[in-house]
Amino acid sequence: MTYLTTAPISVESLLAAVQSPERGGTCVFLGTVRRDDDVTGIEYSAYDEMADAEIEQMLAEASERWPEARLTLQHRLGLIPVGEASIAIAAAAPHRDDAFAACRYVIEEVKQRLPIWKKELRLDGTATWVDPTGKPVAGGLRDR
Amino acid sequence: MPNVTVRFFARYAELTGRESAGVLVSGNSATVADVIERVRETVPGARALPPRPLAALNMRQVKLDARVSDGDEVALLPPLSGG
Repeated sequence: MTYLTTAPISVESLLAAVQSPERGGTCVFLGTVRRDDDVTGIEYSAYDEMADAEIEQMLAEASERWPEARLTLQHRLGLIPVGEASIAIAAAAPHRDDAFAACRYVIEEVKQRLPIWKKELRLDGTATWVDPTGKPVAGGLRDR
Repeated sequence: MPNVTVRFFARYAELTGRESAGVLVSGNSATVADVIERVRETVPGARALPPRPLAALNMRQVKLDARVSDGDEVALLPPLSGG
């Protein structure tokens, strides 16, 4: 499975990649495009090669920290309409504590490290780049 | 003189109207900061880039005092907003 995709994310295929009879707890995190004011969708773009390498690295870190957990993730790129998933993370472990912890670890690392950018598209045809640092960008919005 | 490929993403690609540029920096101890300065001097529209953006050197995030070598790729990264 590739980590970056322009197609809608299939949660079932992520589950199939991590679940096994030995792993009794599975945690899935889904990030979806939120309806905010007049936002109609978000256009995601990435530094693909680096994002792939970073994802590989953060999954390896999680596996080292929770050796019994198995994890995967997919991030969707391109135009994503409101309500559809931009990211899905699946973590399965023998017990739920590790599944939750590993899943949480990965989404927080994604937010800090992944070279991916989003541009909010609005009803009136305008678009603004999202800057989570909150520094002034023309028309920019916070999103944390 | 190290010849470095610079890549622009997202808003920075919009500001410069391009996705990459080649720049030459002088000396054997040139840094990512020198590359950025050269970009801001030579690439049209690049004055609008922040003087100290996030940067990656060969796909690793680095501080701006990291040394560059011939053939390196420097990527200028707008504030990350994945997820």
